[in-house]
Amino acid sequence: MSKPRGITLNKKQNLTGWAFLAPAAIMIAIMSFIPMIQALLLSFKTGSGAKLNWNGITNYVRMFQDKIFMQALFNNFIYLIVQVPIMLILALILASMLNNKSLKFKGFFRTAIFLPCATSLVSYAIIFRALFANDGLVNRLLMSLGILDTGYSFLTNTTSARIVIIIALVWRWTGYNMVFYLASLQNIDYSIYEAARIDGASTAKIFWKITVPLLRPVILLTTIMSTNGTLQLFDESVNLTKGGPSNTTITMSHYIYDISFKYVPKFGYAAAMSYLILILVGVLAFIQMKVGDKRE
Amino acid sequence: MNKLKYKNVVSYIVLTFASLISIFPMYWMLVSATNKSVDVTRGILVPGTALLENWGKLLKSQPLATSMLNSFKYAIVLTLLSLIICSLAGYGFEIYHDKGKDAVMGIILLAMMVPFAATLIPLFQMFSSVHLLNSTVGFILPTISTPFLIMLFRQSARSFPHDIIEASRIDGLTETQIFFKMFIPTMRSTYAAAMTITFMNAWNSYLWPKVIMTDNKSITMPMMVANLVEGYVTDYGVLMLGVLLCTIPTVIIFFFLQKSFAEGITGAVK
Repeated sequence: MSKPRGITLNKKQNLTGWAFLAPAAIMIAIMSFIPMIQALLLSFKTGSGAKLNWNGITNYVRMFQDKIFMQALFNNFIYLIVQVPIMLILALILASMLNNKSLKFKGFFRTAIFLPCATSLVSYAIIFRALFANDGLVNRLLMSLGILDTGYSFLTNTTSARIVIIIALVWRWTGYNMVFYLASLQNIDYSIYEAARIDGASTAKIFWKITVPLLRPVILLTTIMSTNGTLQLFDESVNLTKGGPSNTTITMSHYIYDISFKYVPKFGYAAAMSYLILILVGVLAFIQMKVGDKRE
Repeated sequence: MNKLKYKNVVSYIVLTFASLISIFPMYWMLVSATNKSVDVTRGILVPGTALLENWGKLLKSQPLATSMLNSFKYAIVLTLLSLIICSLAGYGFEIYHDKGKDAVMGIILLAMMVPFAATLIPLFQMFSSVHLLNSTVGFILPTISTPFLIMLFRQSARSFPHDIIEASRIDGLTETQIFFKMFIPTMRSTYAAAMTITFMNAWNSYLWPKVIMTDNKSITMPMMVANLVEGYVTDYGVLMLGVLLCTIPTVIIFFFLQKSFAEGITGAVK
């Protein structure tokens, strides 16, 4: 056979592939990776506005002496440690209840519990702010039940404000995670459950011995996604509690926004703080993958 | 059998309770949008007659039409472009895959872990230096190509029959024609899922528009709603009407495409 002239068919297809993926890949490079490098460089600079000078690791040192930032870091971890487990366990329980062939109205329950996902983060934050306001519905209810004499200021009290944020987060995201669990439960052969039931295994035992181990990969995935999301909380802190009372519910992203855009912009300092989030997200995902991949 | 029924009773109670809690805040939002502020704080839970009054107040205090139009414009343009760019890439990564492309895909997946806060400031500087603040282009560029969508389409291209590609090549279709005439029509459900998710994310996005939409003429619905709680006295009826208007489009999409939305968020995982 004579050698084909020009480029071969295979090469042509190979090039077509590159051409197809190039726009998306280039956009991600420009919009994610280049800014990431710029942010790293920026984090070693100081000054306000456009006049920036190198100052080594000063921003990173300053960050750990900044009481508000330490408070924000602490808050993010409170939300992470308290809210993520509650939400994921709830989602798991609801999903395993819905994965029952003899249950009626499954479609209704699934839609209802999934529905909060359709609200925007700003909307639900504001709905919860209104529900828990001094003259809000929750206070009205507690007063009419005789539990409270006067309205309790949920949002101006540190502990209760944090609890309200956690309740709101659980409300918004439980259904979302439940859908992940349901999807993978439906891939599990249902006869395993029937066999376990015939053998007389209790519901709790079936849950811990069958459901949880089989869902391990998707539990790992939802844990990583939730950790990632919780470390980046913004809308809720801004709109539900406005970071208050006196910054005790503020999140890192909220503080970074304030430092960059609300007062005199300190981009270098803000970039250093944002890099801490990046590092935390990476380290926590790594640890979770190590722990989650362990075989029993 | 009795034990099974007993177990279902517990499930019914728990699921009913969970459903009520999930629906109630949205029901309350809906009802409150039709009530006066005083009635909302009095705890009225049935529809009232103040809807038009709230509507009038909202129109007077906020650029409702502008923010509604902006949100639709930004979200629709972003969704269309994002779907084309990401599906083309997902198709390219899967159908023509080789070591080089797989490596690039691996790098792209890393971008999933980058928190938005870490790119926010350089992006803002970049966009303000090329005068893209307050523009549709400025809104869409950072999220036009997402690792998630590329992965979703790459996954769906895996189930696209290679016979179709071979047959189309023999029929003389170019590679680009195969993508547009064969792949897109076959993968309608993946596109529906991708559309739902992209539109919702675009409609609901808040941090980025808050940063680059510095002009009141460019604000989005979530920004408008957030502005409603800025004052000292909040008119709850007006506020809830604003929240309702911000929620209606995504809830409609949610109901029509609930199944593909669920497939979409879980699809890329399988």
